[in-house]
Amino acid sequence: MVFTTPVLNYAQLSPILIVLAGAVIGVLIEAFAPRNARHNSQMFISLLSLVSAFAATVSIRKQAGVDAAMNSVAFDGAAFLIQATILIIAVLAVFLIADQENFTALAAAIPGSQEERESLQKDLRVTEVYPLTLFAVAGMLLFPIATDLITLFVALEVLSLPLYLMAGLSRRRRLMSQEAALKYFLLGAFSSAFFLFGIAYLYGYSGTITLSGIQQSIVGGSGNDVFLLLGIAFLSVGLLFKVGAVPFHAWSPDVYQGAPTAITGFMAAATKVAAFGAILRIFYVAFANAEWQWRPALVIVAIITMLFGSVVAITQRDVKRMLAYSSIAHAGFLLAGVIALNKSGLDASIFYLFAYGIATLGAFAIVTLIRDAAGEVTDLNRWSGLGKRSPLTASVFALFLLTFAGIPLTSGFIGKFSIFSAAYQSGSTAILITGVLSSAIAAFFYIRVIVLMFFKDPVEDGTSVVLPSALTAIAIAIAAVVTIVLGIFPAPLLSFIESTAFFIR
Amino acid sequence: MNPYNYLYVAGLLFTIGAIGVVVRRNAIVVFMCIELMLNAANLTLVTFARINGTLEGQVTAFFTMVVAACEVVVGLAIIVTIYRSRRSASIDDASLLKR
Repeated sequence: MVFTTPVLNYAQLSPILIVLAGAVIGVLIEAFAPRNARHNSQMFISLLSLVSAFAATVSIRKQAGVDAAMNSVAFDGAAFLIQATILIIAVLAVFLIADQENFTALAAAIPGSQEERESLQKDLRVTEVYPLTLFAVAGMLLFPIATDLITLFVALEVLSLPLYLMAGLSRRRRLMSQEAALKYFLLGAFSSAFFLFGIAYLYGYSGTITLSGIQQSIVGGSGNDVFLLLGIAFLSVGLLFKVGAVPFHAWSPDVYQGAPTAITGFMAAATKVAAFGAILRIFYVAFANAEWQWRPALVIVAIITMLFGSVVAITQRDVKRMLAYSSIAHAGFLLAGVIALNKSGLDASIFYLFAYGIATLGAFAIVTLIRDAAGEVTDLNRWSGLGKRSPLTASVFALFLLTFAGIPLTSGFIGKFSIFSAAYQSGSTAILITGVLSSAIAAFFYIRVIVLMFFKDPVEDGTSVVLPSALTAIAIAIAAVVTIVLGIFPAPLLSFIESTAFFIR
Repeated sequence: MNPYNYLYVAGLLFTIGAIGVVVRRNAIVVFMCIELMLNAANLTLVTFARINGTLEGQVTAFFTMVVAACEVVVGLAIIVTIYRSRRSASIDDASLLKR
């Protein structure tokens, strides 16, 4: 056995390394800085590392290659676009997290105990949430560019483990928040066991752990097809769980509802981008030549996901649960882009991920603003008449709902149009029909919320719209502007994605 | 000995773990069943490393152990927090979010 010295291309790894360095510095601040200095310094470090990671990503956008870390990660056009999207979403998410009204004062204190009351009186802050966010972001940056199965698995865990903890940090309804963390953790660990079992069988099939090696084995066709089928099936379970596709969606409404809203927004937007980035790479690069093995199953999953998400969302009375089911439906639309398995499917998926991620973050940011004395009000009945009370907030929320519904002149319309036309080009007429049908069902409940906000009388029960903090206001404004601009002038971004996005093998 | 037998054992362990996750009600036991599933995957990896005559499978198994250890840290932290606030680690009691 000859061991060779690993050669690392630090330039291409720099976005991940910068974010990880920021996270480690954050941990050190947690350990050594005095309590009252932590919040501002943590926020500064987080934003600085995310912005400089974004700058690093942009500066290396022209580079492409698989030799950044001994064939473990690939850097190509699609990787650049996905990483840039994740970093933009992460910056906006940190703006929301900075509004610490959302988070518990002391995560270790028992709800209702003396310790908790004291920590609230002393106005402690959970500044741990910043390094946790950065660790999750580093995992998300690595996940879509990983080209071997070990890196893929480690990145999946690095992005998931901080999120499990962050789901339990809510300031109010702490039992529900902790329950969300438990459910997310148990089901997440369950799915990563499936993911790992899939990895084992893919390795057994091909004798290699690189995606390109698996692709060559599939082309060669010499391996045992049972292993390949088991591998693809188990790996897909793990991936589909992360994006919340039916039948692996059970965690998402509970976790979305229980987690602090800022975290829910971050999780809903960034995790979906990272997981779909990885799904696109795995299915386009490794499994493309075995499409008959996975495509029929994935078509069925996509159809069920779209219909289930849209239909069940109608019955929801809680705004966070409604957004959760809407995100399940969107996972189905995005799967249509994976199934398309062509260049326009890739372009459309990346555009959709960007548009959807930004709008989701904006929508959850609005949810943090509707409060009463006991915290956020998520019961939809109590949102009635919001348009009369605060026309601006209600209009912006309506804008995000219209994007989710895919109404023209919003980014959601362009995203849906391009993703369905890509699916149609590849011959998946069933996907196209279900997609349009479930969009129509979904439009019903989005518009019902808009009617509720604008055409019903407000109920006087102490529900009020708080004035957003400066950073939250900036995040909402950016999300709203992006949504409108991409709806009216999508061409520059679409053509940029079209000329940039590709997968290196 | 035929190495494929180890694949059957691993498949059996994985199934036992998966069934345990579904039927057991104590969060700690559910978590142990997940660890059993990870170990079944490890056994599969090592068996395939032997069958294929390459080392990557064994290396992956090492990474899995590290990751599983991290998962234990995070998982027990969450379970202990839940236990302290509810005096119970049953996942049936944790049903505030069900509608």
